[in-house]
Amino acid sequence: MATIPIRVPNLAASRTTARSRIRKRLPAAFALLPTALVVLVVYIGCMLWTVRLSFTSSTLLPKLDWVGLAQYSRLFANDRFLTSVENIAIFGVLFISGCLILGFLLAVFIDQNVRGEGVFRTVFLYPYAMSFVVTGVAWQWFLNPGLGLQKLVRDLGFPNFTFDWIVNQDMAIYTIVIAGLWHGAGLTMAILLAGLRGVDEDLWKAAKVDGIPTWRVYVSIVLPLLRPMVITATVLLTTGVVKLYDLVVAMTLGGPGIATEVPAKFVMDHLFERNNIALGTATATIMLIAVVSVLAPWVYARYVRPQGRHA
Amino acid sequence: MRLKKRVSAYTLAFAFISSSGALAQQKAEVLHWWTSAGESAAVRVFADQFTKAGGTWVDNAIAGGVNARAAGVNRIVGGNPPTMTQFNTGKQFDELVSAGLLRDLDAQAKAGKWREIMPKLIVDAVTREGKAYAVPVNIHGQNWMFYNTKVFADAGVEPPKTFPELLQVSDKLKEKGVIPLALGGQPTWERNLFNAVLVGHGGPDLFRKVLGERDQKAAKSPKFKEVVEIYGKMRGLVDQGSPGRNWNDAASLVITGKAAMHFNGDWAKGEFIAAGQTAGKEYGCTIVGETPREIIGGDVFVFPATKDKAQLATQDKLVEVLLDPASQLEFNKKKGSIPVRMDVDISSMDACAQKSHAVVKDPANQVEAQELISTPNFTGAMQDAITQYWNTPNMSADAFIEKVTAAMRDAS
Repeated sequence: MATIPIRVPNLAASRTTARSRIRKRLPAAFALLPTALVVLVVYIGCMLWTVRLSFTSSTLLPKLDWVGLAQYSRLFANDRFLTSVENIAIFGVLFISGCLILGFLLAVFIDQNVRGEGVFRTVFLYPYAMSFVVTGVAWQWFLNPGLGLQKLVRDLGFPNFTFDWIVNQDMAIYTIVIAGLWHGAGLTMAILLAGLRGVDEDLWKAAKVDGIPTWRVYVSIVLPLLRPMVITATVLLTTGVVKLYDLVVAMTLGGPGIATEVPAKFVMDHLFERNNIALGTATATIMLIAVVSVLAPWVYARYVRPQGRHA
Repeated sequence: MRLKKRVSAYTLAFAFISSSGALAQQKAEVLHWWTSAGESAAVRVFADQFTKAGGTWVDNAIAGGVNARAAGVNRIVGGNPPTMTQFNTGKQFDELVSAGLLRDLDAQAKAGKWREIMPKLIVDAVTREGKAYAVPVNIHGQNWMFYNTKVFADAGVEPPKTFPELLQVSDKLKEKGVIPLALGGQPTWERNLFNAVLVGHGGPDLFRKVLGERDQKAAKSPKFKEVVEIYGKMRGLVDQGSPGRNWNDAASLVITGKAAMHFNGDWAKGEFIAAGQTAGKEYGCTIVGETPREIIGGDVFVFPATKDKAQLATQDKLVEVLLDPASQLEFNKKKGSIPVRMDVDISSMDACAQKSHAVVKDPANQVEAQELISTPNFTGAMQDAITQYWNTPNMSADAFIEKVTAAMRDAS
């Protein structure tokens, strides 16, 4: 920014170029105006409105009084909210890392030029084509101890086999992770596979000449090259974590007890079922703060810092 | 050429829209959540009656009570209300009344003598500051116990009359290899079962004090603790697959004889009827408790306030249709509930409905459903506590009571 060249003598000329530049940009600005308005009014506006409501005592209808942080202190004394936060953390870490690892392994597997690659690719990607609701219901049946996997294995002659995670309070959240992995790993695979296909053949040849084992090439050479794909996949998976709602509703309805409650469900229940707009919006605000505080360092590293350096 | 065609298509469409608007004098858009087979058959009774009376019924069914209510509230608040919209009997529409968004139906209530023909607490539930604001259409009993008669006969025991008896009987049923209690392990049904125990063992006063008045002293009373302990013992009566199960799957366990008992509202009857069973033969229904007290609630319709004369006339006609004795009888036969008018002859209804009618007739037996006396927020907080207690076998009664008193303090 400090090194903008200033040409004093040619002021008039630069003004005309600036004017023509504006004129050139005018149609573009016009075209973007509706979108900008939508972003401003709908996204930013609703966000501010939500934050404002979280400081009120609104119940069924919005009310514009001021109760300070009362809703927040209520929120942090609420068992169910605390369980939700814990659950989303468990789910987030396991789901994102699990999808990346599994997706990468699947991509590497397919990248070995296996026969029937198309079939495998479709099979692995197929779960992603299902909605979370379908996924949830299917896994609910599959994991139900009375009619799913446990019963099947017992009927096959192992009467002591137990797999009752979905009805077990301590383990139920992991069944949500399993279903999520099944759903999301395929997409990660597709993204990483596209990256793998873009790796230069010569790199492989060079590595072969040097006698580097294949796994080492993947870990030390290919994986760093895939960085943009890994970031893309992570961003996509993260949005999936934040909005996790339908999978839980379809699969466990937050149960057994409150063992699989998640923040988004807490918001929905309080906004629409329990006529408690204030508490719902307070939760939504906390979610917003969490997302922003996760995103901020990334945005800073990606957009702000490089600009400062290059200028 | 193409442009011309399109223009004429638009004019035609416009002509259609405007002409249909002119033809339909009394067009009523009705928003409700009756979407299952039995429910939609029931609501069709009203629709047909309204059509017969010369109106046009525009059916706007939204699946799921929560979604439908949210849609109704949004449209009323947004200034584009349907002609009438559904709520449960109770507090769900309180704030719409205090915001002046609902039509005052006191004239209709007086003319129809609601006070004389309906149970007092149902009329009270639609009355705000002395004026009626909603039309009740049915009475649902929420604490019925459905049982498989053959399973009980085979085990050589009688269906239990009280909750301690239920615990004893269940041991015998377990020995026979049947599931004593079929439960849809979702928070709503766990709460519904708790309420059945609360009113059946604790009595109506305790029920009202705990759920309605949020009386912390009542929650700490020995009687409430007894209720909580009985409920806690019932955790052992369900099968392993119960958590997360839908209520209709639970009912079908009783229908097929895999389970003996199922607590639910009388809407569960629809499942038994659909399976070709008859009340009093293959299955029975009873209220567990020393004296049978019935938790009653139901559905109401509210009418968004309007100044449009045509709309007001349409709403008047709808009120008439909803409370007409013939449509009351037919509607409630299909819905599984009983008519809200106690003066309707119900001899053509099934054994369970007759039983329910006989119990509800005595005002001492009427107990308000939770949504009549408690805010949705407190109901939700109670539900969170109950589902935690039910699903955590090592949680003590005292720990649960602690949670209940905390909910009483915090939930507004």
